[in-house]
Amino acid sequence: MSEPLTPPPEEAPPTTTAGKLMLRQRAGGIIPPIITAIFAFFMGGIVIAASGHNPIDAYLGILDGAGLNWFWDDFGNTDVLELTTFNFTQTLLRTTTFVFTGLAVAFAFRCGLFNIGGQGQYTIGIVVAVWVGAYWGNALPNGLHVVVGIVLAALAGAIWAGIAGILKATVGAHEVITTIMLNWIAFWFASYCFGQGGPLQNTTPGQESVPSSDDVYEKSGAIIPVLWGDQGFQALHYGFFLAIAALVVFWVVLNRTTLGYEVRAVGYNPEAAAYGGISVKKNFFLAMAISGLFAGLAAGTDIFGWKYDAGVLDVQASAVGFVGIAVALLGRSTAVGVGLGALIFGALDYGTTRGLDPEVFDPTLAGNLSLMIQGLVVLFVGADLLILYLWSLRKKRFASPRMSGRGA
Amino acid sequence: MTAVAARVQSWSFTANHLAVGGLLLGVFAFYVALPPISARSPFWPALFGTAGAVVGLVAWRRGSVRLGWSAVIVGIVGAALGYLATRSSVEHLDIVFTWPSLIAAMFVFATPLVYAAIGGIFSERSGVVNIGLEGMMLMGAFWGIWGADATGSWITGVLIGMASGALLGLTHAFFSVHLRADQIIGGTAINLLAVGITGYAFVQLYGSENIPAGVSEIPRLKMTFLEKIPPEALGDFLFGAFGRLSLMIWIGFLLVAVSHVVMFKTPIGLRIRSCGEHPRAADTVGISVYGVRYAAVTLSGMLAAAGGAFLSVGVVSAFNEGMTGGRGFIALAAVIFGNWRPFGAFGAACLFGFSTALAFRLGDAYRDSVAGMDVLAQMLPYVLTLIAVAGVIGRSIPPAAVGRPYTKQ
Repeated sequence: MSEPLTPPPEEAPPTTTAGKLMLRQRAGGIIPPIITAIFAFFMGGIVIAASGHNPIDAYLGILDGAGLNWFWDDFGNTDVLELTTFNFTQTLLRTTTFVFTGLAVAFAFRCGLFNIGGQGQYTIGIVVAVWVGAYWGNALPNGLHVVVGIVLAALAGAIWAGIAGILKATVGAHEVITTIMLNWIAFWFASYCFGQGGPLQNTTPGQESVPSSDDVYEKSGAIIPVLWGDQGFQALHYGFFLAIAALVVFWVVLNRTTLGYEVRAVGYNPEAAAYGGISVKKNFFLAMAISGLFAGLAAGTDIFGWKYDAGVLDVQASAVGFVGIAVALLGRSTAVGVGLGALIFGALDYGTTRGLDPEVFDPTLAGNLSLMIQGLVVLFVGADLLILYLWSLRKKRFASPRMSGRGA
Repeated sequence: MTAVAARVQSWSFTANHLAVGGLLLGVFAFYVALPPISARSPFWPALFGTAGAVVGLVAWRRGSVRLGWSAVIVGIVGAALGYLATRSSVEHLDIVFTWPSLIAAMFVFATPLVYAAIGGIFSERSGVVNIGLEGMMLMGAFWGIWGADATGSWITGVLIGMASGALLGLTHAFFSVHLRADQIIGGTAINLLAVGITGYAFVQLYGSENIPAGVSEIPRLKMTFLEKIPPEALGDFLFGAFGRLSLMIWIGFLLVAVSHVVMFKTPIGLRIRSCGEHPRAADTVGISVYGVRYAAVTLSGMLAAAGGAFLSVGVVSAFNEGMTGGRGFIALAAVIFGNWRPFGAFGAACLFGFSTALAFRLGDAYRDSVAGMDVLAQMLPYVLTLIAVAGVIGRSIPPAAVGRPYTKQ
């Protein structure tokens, strides 16, 4: 989409999404995200109640399923044979992934771009990571093999996002549509790779008809060492620290480097940035590529850390890239916010699926509930004007009791 | 008559016309290798493809940059596809390119896009970006078939589906018009929300089973008179392509024409467009910008949901979680590609629908000879949409105030 010929003089800058968000963040701080989350969970509770279940039981079940009761029931217990501890490690495992996919959305956001292609970038990363991990044999020593695999997966994600970045920079194609299309292309490409007769399908004798790839651990043994848990049962791996490092790098790059300054300047107001001599096109491309890099890192650490293989069903059912949108928006595209958002959605993801006791609440329902809560979070974050308005009304009332609020 | 004559006289051959000729040559390079011509020598595709590319280059030199380059690319791609077709067996080609049924399939796949795209045009022309088309389609798909199943009639089913879409549209309107939320984020939220709501309701209402068989379906219109149109080949072709189309496909054609008239020939359309181009001016002359935008976005939800309901009630008679598969976004691309005009969007939707139909046929024909071809071919519509959005052909200008919330003064 090209720039409008006559920009209507409605609102003063900032004109971009990121710019608006930054302004509101300064105005509202940490309060609106918290209210947003509470509101979303409350609405989810209404849905649970409307469908004839007890919302409080359901939420407590999800909390236990996510293993968050570890903090008060079992704190300090490291034995993963205990269900609570195991669930908690699983939540942290998903948090690791969501930190990366959240950063993938957040980085582009700070440049005024809405990268909803994290899913496709992740999927392409999965294909490359599986290819390097399971089909290179023992070409490299294990440690180097893991590093090369993760780096190549990250680069694949960067290239996939870079396509959308180039199209945005050169012909102005809107990144929302291009990244969604790239998602579906990646979806079918990966389905082809891991499916019947595909180039990355199972070669283990007797399993040639399984639409899934070879196992990285069996074929090369190159995996990320285990941090907490039992390697055979989806243990938390050292990639967790890589995620934390990524949060630090994200903060440093954005706030302490020229690149970050330019990216934020473009995100805040592209016209002003261009006037100041910053290349908007270059930063559009770089921001998308770096975003894709984060999504690719999520794929690399997932494959080498705990998944070890990928199948058609895994690829088609995965939604980690979309969770990243909710994570980044709830976290206001800041490093700390993304970290906390990833923990919340990591807990919600595991607590509503595998971790949830089916006796308490049906996991197939709960899985969809978590999707709904994601949607509500994104909806309310986008509309935090409402929350800010109510908040400012409250403050005003404290400041001068006679002043009444204006209509929004 | 004189006006027409004057127009004919003033018509001159420009670089753009040259480029269009190049485009046609490029397309013909592929077509020449397909049934019914079925040229078996790679010479013909190469000839026409090169000719198209050369004409494109000449047009580019004469100043038609975008169209010229498009012709070059189409020429090369046409020659390559034509070459592939000459290498392929005639039986395979006959399976893929049975023109009448391919065209009928094109309309089936294009129709959901048409409904959603027309909805998108109303929304965007009024100044609200509607990324949530996908979610609204999904809502229509689920609640449409649920309604058809529960009430036993496809009509009420489609209406219930449309109502669910309208509700979602109303939500989007409330957040983007009244609360002045970012419309792209709001639309994305609508999409996520729709996946959650339909998935939740599907599990809650149907458990692990699917929609029971025998749900009331949208009827097809059998037009046997088409078969009797004189030259037998033409009659067969017309009947094969148009003779058994679903009722909702015909309503879709009608919708395109009606939308065009409403949008460009009536005061209502003028109001909608003015709200999207210059809301302040519209407000000044007494048009309720908020009201128009609310109505347009709600209507877009209804139409997108009708497209989704066509998918579930009219095509597959079932529901799968996330069954719309990015069609809402393809519809959005059709809106842009069609320059925010109903007939333009219709053409783009047909193009994307054709590529989907082709993808299924390619999969069927080559499944045995090329492993995984049926899966790989599914990429086609998305690749084509990506290329179209990248603006290879033409560049469209959106309504000036689209995506900008309006604040009353």
